[in-house]
Amino acid sequence: MLRYLLRRLVFLLVSLVLASVVLFVLLRMLPGDPANALTSVGASPEQIAAARHSIGSDKPLPEQFTHWIGQLASGDLGTSFVSSLPVGPEVSQRLNVTVPLTLSAFVLAVLVAVPAGFLAAYKRRTWYGALLSGVSQLGIAVPVFWLGMILIAVFALNAGWLPSGGFPQDGWDTPAEAVQSLVLPVVTVALVMSASLIRYVRSATLDVLDSEYLRTARALGSSFGRAMWRHGLRNASVPVISILGIELASTLLGAVVVESVFALPGLGSMLATGIAQHDYPVIQGVLFVSTFGVLIIGFAADLVQRLVDPRLRGRLSGGGVR
Amino acid sequence: MRFPKRPLSAGVLTVALAVTLAACGGGSNSASGSGAYDKDATVNIGSLYEPQNLDNTAGGGQGVTEALNGNVYEGLFRLTDKGKVEKLLADDYKVSGDGLTYTFTLRDGVKFHSGKKLTSEDVKYSLEKVIAKDSQSARKSNLEVMKDVTTPDAKTVKVTLSKKSISFVYNLSYVWIINADAENLKITEDGTGPYQLKKWTRGSALSLDRFAGYWGTAAKNKQAVFHYYKDATALNNALQTNAVDVVTSEQSPDALDQFKSDQNYKVNDGNSTTKLLLAFNDKAKPFTDVKVRQAVSAAIDDKKLLESVWGGYGKQIGSMVPPTDPWYEDLTDVNAHDVAKAKKLLKEAGHAKGFSFTLDTPNYDPHPTAATFIKSQLAKVGITVKINTITPDEWYTKVYKNHDFTATLQEHVNDRDLVWYGDPDFYWGYDNKQVQDWVEKAEQASSTSEQTEILKKVNRKTAEDAASDWLYLYPQIVVANTKLSGYPLNGLNSQFFAYDIKKSS
Repeated sequence: MLRYLLRRLVFLLVSLVLASVVLFVLLRMLPGDPANALTSVGASPEQIAAARHSIGSDKPLPEQFTHWIGQLASGDLGTSFVSSLPVGPEVSQRLNVTVPLTLSAFVLAVLVAVPAGFLAAYKRRTWYGALLSGVSQLGIAVPVFWLGMILIAVFALNAGWLPSGGFPQDGWDTPAEAVQSLVLPVVTVALVMSASLIRYVRSATLDVLDSEYLRTARALGSSFGRAMWRHGLRNASVPVISILGIELASTLLGAVVVESVFALPGLGSMLATGIAQHDYPVIQGVLFVSTFGVLIIGFAADLVQRLVDPRLRGRLSGGGVR
Repeated sequence: MRFPKRPLSAGVLTVALAVTLAACGGGSNSASGSGAYDKDATVNIGSLYEPQNLDNTAGGGQGVTEALNGNVYEGLFRLTDKGKVEKLLADDYKVSGDGLTYTFTLRDGVKFHSGKKLTSEDVKYSLEKVIAKDSQSARKSNLEVMKDVTTPDAKTVKVTLSKKSISFVYNLSYVWIINADAENLKITEDGTGPYQLKKWTRGSALSLDRFAGYWGTAAKNKQAVFHYYKDATALNNALQTNAVDVVTSEQSPDALDQFKSDQNYKVNDGNSTTKLLLAFNDKAKPFTDVKVRQAVSAAIDDKKLLESVWGGYGKQIGSMVPPTDPWYEDLTDVNAHDVAKAKKLLKEAGHAKGFSFTLDTPNYDPHPTAATFIKSQLAKVGITVKINTITPDEWYTKVYKNHDFTATLQEHVNDRDLVWYGDPDFYWGYDNKQVQDWVEKAEQASSTSEQTEILKKVNRKTAEDAASDWLYLYPQIVVANTKLSGYPLNGLNSQFFAYDIKKSS
């Protein structure tokens, strides 16, 4: 186990370094000059040159890169080109919105999708089993922003029960308001997420229901529930866990959409602003932190899988072969 | 931030509002709402323009002007919402006979939010900050005429200019007077205004509290909170759910109908200073020929374009000068829409069969819409338009820096920017010796009335020459809950004074 953890740690570090290189290079391949965003129309060439100098975009790329990596190593995400304020504090402030949003949506989606997916499989020959499958199929086709807008129209604009967007300025110091403002975005993400989760849970459950070992357990006198509990669920959960990891990661990265619909000051909207302004340090900082998050999630999913399924313990990762 | 429920019937609110709601806004000193109002109200302001940081000499952007100008920081002078320059922290000032030395006497009893008394040293520091080497102030180039700033005593500031500059006092309305000892101005403040910064949460909101030690009339509300949104839909939703009371500027007419038909809201149509230009490259054929420029201007039905983009809002303009500039004259009849005249002019210019040109079009609204419209209008007089869509970055490099274009579309947001026609190296390449001479003379004028007279000539000349085709003036649409009165309507130079806003309970 220790060897495995060490290996994973090395893997994580290598991935991070690779990701940072790719991030840095890709960004600078984009057309456009950040100095344009810094200077107003009417700026003289000298002013533009001064702007480039002040943000260091006039230095050679390798030098810019080592500077950034050096900062990263000391836990500093750099300084925004546009605001000339440090990126780090803003990232952590915005994580206060994005992390609760993503995690709550995830938990809610699991709470909805696991029983629903199980029912859809177990009762696949009844009308409501079929309905569950159908609804989840439909749900996959629903774009997040559309669902968000519908929920806003119904619950905020018409009923007036919940805010239509925004986040209280004092954040979690006013917990009631903070929770209120996250209800609709969480429900939006959770609904979209559970739609696809239901299908995975359903097919994993179907595999188990048709399996030899379940039939054997039943033949040996276990009740269905007991057989499911002892053998079925554990087997069904292995593929579902890796999907959960992927879903959670994609939600974190997909925060841009839901945060813009609900005007939430999270990581996603920070990224959107950074991209609009060619603010490389902001884009790099946000994506680096997100990448780190995604890798951690992947690692956690892998670890849980190994705990659930002893057959995986000889391998480095769920899908890999030694 | 509280989210009161929307009343089920609009009547519930209006009964409670036994106040005069007809007189909303109307200039910065329009405290006309004589009815009862809540002196300790919190006014929630919705905006699309978040400051980048809180320092207007370090790239704070439009948002910092909107939130802090006049509210948190004050200048020696103030530009009112009607476009007038009035004394603010300057109690009085004298100009020497040669127009090169300005002596300002400071107002008494002014305190910074930190408690320090305002002295001439702070003014000197603030003026020099704007023209410092690393300053990114938009007014840096205008104020570089300041040769030297001295402080004969604590109440007096003497500024010597390198050459006469009649706009100097107007330009000073952009210069915040900051405590010379203040630090961290990108995230904190130390100004003299009626509000002090309570908290700025990036990406979310900026709240201002009434400052108890203010030298002038106290703000008519206890707190003003600017809430920032990225897109107009979210902002309008916030207005509909009472999360904000007023929206500083609506950028599209789409959402206005819902507020126009709802008696809880008032939609105000003010004057902006943003002009949409079809800018010819006056140094590129065929636009070197004044007749061709006049023909194109006459061939396009600006009124119809404005109607299709803004649906009844905005104004037609016949030149670069918006109504809030002192040298405004209605020149819409110069090169007015007249297809027959356009054809005649084209014939005279030797383009009886028309010609074709490429229109470099920025890829964001309203440019693509306008380009398509222009294309169809010019087709009627035989001119073929090839629309080339470009990003703002490309526009900047290709058009603005390299002048590599034949014609382009662009919005120009600043007030008093007619003077660019006096710069032959500006991107549109209008090169008229007399106009350059006038622009120079106007800045050297000894009085604002003299300056106004000369610039009126420039205005008329550039219009007659069809130096560009000024398609229309954007509207400045402030939408507010009818509980509010006393808010600015024109938002000149993105200012939004909050201190006169009254909110009835």
